[in-house]
Amino acid sequence: MVLAIGFGVAASMTTFSVFRAVSGDPIPWKSHRLFVPQVDVWGPSERGKDGEPPAALDYRTATALLNDRRGSMQAAIYKVSPAVLAMRAGSHPVNVDGHAVSSDFFPMLEVPFAFGSGWSRQDDERRANVVVIGDTLNRRLFQGRNSVGETLQVAGKSYRIVGVLAHWDPQPRFFDIVNTGGFTTTREDVFLPFETAVGAGIASTGNTGCSKSPSEGGIAGLKESTCVWISYLVQLDDADAVRAYRAYLDGYARQLQDSGATTWAPNNRLRDIPAWLDAQHVVPADTGVSLLVALGLLIVCLVNTSGLLLAKFLRRSGEIGVRRAIGAPRGAIYAQFLTEAGMIGIAGGLLGLALTGLGVACVHWLLPADIASLARVDLVLLLLTLLLALVSTLLAGLYPTFRATLVQPTWQLKSQ
Amino acid sequence: MTMHPMISALRRHKAGVALIVLQIALTLAIVCNSVFIIGGRIERIARATGLDEDGLFLVTQQWVSESDAEGKDGIERLDTLQREDLAVLRGLPDVASVTPINSLPLLNSAAWNGGIGLTPEQPKANLQASFYFADENVLPTLGVKLVAGRAFTAADVEHKALGDANTPSRIIVSQEIASRLFPDGSALGKNVYLDGSGAPASIVGIVDRLQTPGTNAFSTSFAYSSVLVPTRLNSTFSRYAVRAKPGRLAAAMRAAPDALYQANSQRVIAEDGIQSYADIRHDAYRADIGMAMLMGGVSLILLCVTAAGVFGLTSFWVDQRERQIGIRRALGARRRDILGYFQVENLLIVGSGAVLGIVLAVGLNFALISRYEMDRLPVTDVLLGVVCVLALSQASTFVPARRAARVEPASAIRSM
Repeated sequence: MVLAIGFGVAASMTTFSVFRAVSGDPIPWKSHRLFVPQVDVWGPSERGKDGEPPAALDYRTATALLNDRRGSMQAAIYKVSPAVLAMRAGSHPVNVDGHAVSSDFFPMLEVPFAFGSGWSRQDDERRANVVVIGDTLNRRLFQGRNSVGETLQVAGKSYRIVGVLAHWDPQPRFFDIVNTGGFTTTREDVFLPFETAVGAGIASTGNTGCSKSPSEGGIAGLKESTCVWISYLVQLDDADAVRAYRAYLDGYARQLQDSGATTWAPNNRLRDIPAWLDAQHVVPADTGVSLLVALGLLIVCLVNTSGLLLAKFLRRSGEIGVRRAIGAPRGAIYAQFLTEAGMIGIAGGLLGLALTGLGVACVHWLLPADIASLARVDLVLLLLTLLLALVSTLLAGLYPTFRATLVQPTWQLKSQ
Repeated sequence: MTMHPMISALRRHKAGVALIVLQIALTLAIVCNSVFIIGGRIERIARATGLDEDGLFLVTQQWVSESDAEGKDGIERLDTLQREDLAVLRGLPDVASVTPINSLPLLNSAAWNGGIGLTPEQPKANLQASFYFADENVLPTLGVKLVAGRAFTAADVEHKALGDANTPSRIIVSQEIASRLFPDGSALGKNVYLDGSGAPASIVGIVDRLQTPGTNAFSTSFAYSSVLVPTRLNSTFSRYAVRAKPGRLAAAMRAAPDALYQANSQRVIAEDGIQSYADIRHDAYRADIGMAMLMGGVSLILLCVTAAGVFGLTSFWVDQRERQIGIRRALGARRRDILGYFQVENLLIVGSGAVLGIVLAVGLNFALISRYEMDRLPVTDVLLGVVCVLALSQASTFVPARRAARVEPASAIRSM
């Protein structure tokens, strides 16, 4: 019985730890004010069954939205993986991952800085050669000291470091779902100003979706095409702002239609972060199925425990009869057997704790690193495991205990 | 043996019977669906890529201080660098052959997907396919089998910038594409149009089987529609598929980065820049293996718990009815009759549990289909599950039932 409870609880909690990890809100205090706009630049023939426009923006749309500044903050984002070189004797170039972003990215996402800060809107406009680096890269290149003001060579050009991030690894990677699918072990090593990176010809190393092939190669071709490769976030602080922004997007799409760039009616989307994560199916289907199956296992274990408790309690009908005959009220019988069930629950819970630890270790070994690294055992999980074991065993014990209290003292004593 | 006394005996144990029926039903439902999921994953993992996977590895590298090809000179410079690398790798003593390539089956990145049409500038392609850009050594390097036509020659091979929309004039297609576009088997020598292009590409060869790079749901819909294009793609990074001489894979993988660095030190080969094909395959299916093992583990626990539950309750009933068994034995029932009684009783209970379980299994399957896009559960899996559960519960009834059969007729009087 203890084994059954232990296994049932452990399986549920292990899968729950994964589920909790992948269905988390990466920026809970703000996720309902951050929005992802989508504009249909491809037309009806490229839409899926649900009429969804492309998940990313093309260059023309992204720059138009940036220039109009209709949100309180906004950022265009694309993935880059340049080689960087610290300007010191004897250093080797290293490959890094990061994003080209607009200046608003840092305040909008409340990115934590260890040293310095992001760059300004003027830097965006001037296409300044500035860079923000992540904590890991700072440790690797500068031994973790304040490297603001140092020069870094990125893809063959010199950039001044203006900020160094503190540890920052939001999961799911909500600002670049299109490239990560949500979860990634890739670090954020460098952030470059969006227009600077485009101007320097630093190509996107993320997904590029095209309805028509661009007329020339490289980033020059991408800029002119309707290929989508840019993620976009905008902060809208209240319902009025959201309404205004929707109207603005429709206006933009209608303007495209009027200018002949598109031949279809506006088909835009504007979703906040939780809705966006949901629409992009960030929570892997496997995780949901596993959780469901594990919960099923727990239920079977409970039904099983209930059956075994029933047998165990009714075997002791004689004992119950004697207790009742010498004056124990029904309440005392309830107390006795529910305490027993509770003890079994706690024992099962303790076993479950050990097995959950083992299960999470197995998850790390079995699942891809990007998801497995998120599943961890913490205090909340431990308490939940014990609580689940206790509550579920008590529930399973209710009916057997009820049956035990129905034992008739006279009948039992007579039959002995 | 008549059923009537058995059924009326069961009526007096409603709760215990109901619990076992419920437990069997839930177990069956979950085990059927788990086994189905496991089967699906194994099938996915076992499908052949079409490559000769032993002895194959992939090199991914990036040249630093080169910006992406701008103009004709840039492309020529990058192509020179790439041809130098190819010569270096081909010169290694442990290497049999080398081809530049943009991606490999199961690599899950850098796929170049496009459409193939039968007429020029066709708006809607006939089928979706994945393109591999390689040179004349692609067939021996990958170990792909040519079934018709010819391999590429050095004269076929062109080079262009990554992202250049010009389509090739000669291609090799997989058998899958050939038979889908030309069901009459006349694909060889025919012209097709790639990515809605106006320029024809003629099919010079057909290979037996070649999987596409993606393994997600979208890519699986055209898993074997691959096109080989005789083109070196020029960009700041490059990939080379390398076939080592038999038994020399480890040596070739060790020698490759050193030789490349020696030829040109201005490059980055990341830690995972040299990947054996076995590793690529393992990474691609890690989540599937994990899911299969998780489902297997859950099913195993479930079956154990259920067996233990059946064992526990049957033991209890045997104890409870010891006197009645003694009486039956005293009245002339043979041991075999007692054993049979308990086995048939169990069959009756588990049988009704199985009927309910089949309904639940199909219900759970429908729930999974509607939420997680799974396939229909085949009848054979359900029947297999039913047989499993019946056999298991019969086995776990056998021990207590044999104990019941050993009850002495005299015990009927002794315990009075």
